[in-house]
Amino acid sequence: MSEKPILLAACEVAKHFGGVKALHDVSLTIRRGEIYGLIGPNGAGKTTFFNCLTGLYKNEGGYFVFDGNRLAADAPHKAAAVGIARTFQNIRLFGNMTAIENVMVGRHLRTNANVFGAIFRNPATRAEEVAIVRRAEELLHYVGIHERAHDYAKHLSYGDQRRLEIARALATEPKLLALDEPAAGMNGTETEALRLLVEGICRDGVTVLLIEHDVKLVMGLCTRVAVLDYGEKICEDVPAAVQKDPRVIEAYLGGSVA
Amino acid sequence: MDTLLQQLINGITLGAVYALVALGYTMVYGIIGLINFAHGEVVMIGTMVAFTVIVSLAGSGMPLLIVLGIGLVVSVIVCMVLGWALERVAYRPLRHAPRLTPLITAIGMSIVLQNVAMIIWGRNYITFPPMIEKIIYDIGGASFTNVQVAIVSLAAVMMVGLIYLVHRTKIGMAMRATAQNPHVASLMGVDINRVIAMAFVIGSALGAVAGCMVGSYYEIAHYQMGFMLGLKAFTAAVLGGIGNLAGAMAGGILLGVIEALGAGYIGDLTGDFLGSHYQDIFAFIVLIVVLMFRPSGLFGERTGDRA
Repeated sequence: MSEKPILLAACEVAKHFGGVKALHDVSLTIRRGEIYGLIGPNGAGKTTFFNCLTGLYKNEGGYFVFDGNRLAADAPHKAAAVGIARTFQNIRLFGNMTAIENVMVGRHLRTNANVFGAIFRNPATRAEEVAIVRRAEELLHYVGIHERAHDYAKHLSYGDQRRLEIARALATEPKLLALDEPAAGMNGTETEALRLLVEGICRDGVTVLLIEHDVKLVMGLCTRVAVLDYGEKICEDVPAAVQKDPRVIEAYLGGSVA
Repeated sequence: MDTLLQQLINGITLGAVYALVALGYTMVYGIIGLINFAHGEVVMIGTMVAFTVIVSLAGSGMPLLIVLGIGLVVSVIVCMVLGWALERVAYRPLRHAPRLTPLITAIGMSIVLQNVAMIIWGRNYITFPPMIEKIIYDIGGASFTNVQVAIVSLAAVMMVGLIYLVHRTKIGMAMRATAQNPHVASLMGVDINRVIAMAFVIGSALGAVAGCMVGSYYEIAHYQMGFMLGLKAFTAAVLGGIGNLAGAMAGGILLGVIEALGAGYIGDLTGDFLGSHYQDIFAFIVLIVVLMFRPSGLFGERTGDRA
């Protein structure tokens, strides 16, 4: 495990909301090819960490090193450009666009056509548009919702919407895919399908950062797990060790066990 | 002369112009929720630039169509730059300010542009030289000119082009995605600042074309002409459902027709107490009625889900 190169290093990342320390000097490293779990009780700062990483929030302290370069994520599209894609805890699709169009938006970054190409319809632009559609179809196929390609995103079932979000994120060709509670609200079967999908994504070379409440899923899926509590990282280890860590048990169960 | 048919023809011509201007309002509103009150002034600048170019080239011996074409293109380019600059200088720094701030700024920019235009082109009415030879066609007791035909068909081409751009191209998809959720769009790699700038640039280009149409239709221009035109186009956008492209087009045509019919029949309706120069009141009656009974406009649902 440790011989693999580091993809993402967070160094003492700090974020405050007024007097609340949402993230307090959080450091962690994610290696290429890992499925890295980030868990913690509600309000521990997991989503805040995601938001800092993807440039939605500006962290007040610390920095990220991604793929060997310091991340200057002052705008989310720059985080996307270097290869970080994410999904959301509360699904945020473009509801009034079709499933395939949602994925096509994700291709935006990796294509070159500009507005002049769009107006003058040169062959390169047209070829690129065909390629965009084809890639979007492949991705829908990959996550298993290709039959719904031309339905509006808002009309998809909950589980399919989650899959569509993942397809859209994959369309940006990320090196790191950050999933924010992908199994929230899913039943056992759906969760199992999700587990297979995430494993497949990882096998295909995308490193995965997973925020999840479903401890069973995290423990079965992740190679390493970090635990946040009140904005601090209290533990980082392989799943089996994390489960036994007294600080983690205390954070989840309220201290009576320790 | 058949008043009904005649006023329908005039209304559609006027409405085509309103629709093009309304698109500029509605695109910007759909994406950043700002009513760009300076848009009417952009249209006015478009008319003025076209006027200057056409007049200065008129004696050059170039064929008339080329001269008009150059005037149109220069006017479009100037307005695109102006729209881009407005967004960059006046609105982008206020992106995260309370909603009222950019609105007041827009009104401020509108006054600035009016005064700049007054300095450049003077305070008097500018009359276009009668360059285009008018051909008048008769149809069932009503008449229309080649200029009207050109206006309506050019507007139709522009609208079809815009719909194609928004629904079939990458930049259009980025615009729709940004309208629905700017944060998520940017996480998908869409540069929001570029998309917003693009909305201003495209809106201004349409405005410039509309400005040239107004100039060639009325053959007159004035530094304050953008105010009323902008206000009416805004009304058209609200009528159609602001933020909705198809709504702006339909709203523009509808408003033009309502206004023309109103102007045609107001004398009969009020026993000649009010004349056709009261035609402006119809636009605002429409605005008030829409705001009272259907504030989200005829096409109800907006492209974005902002209030």
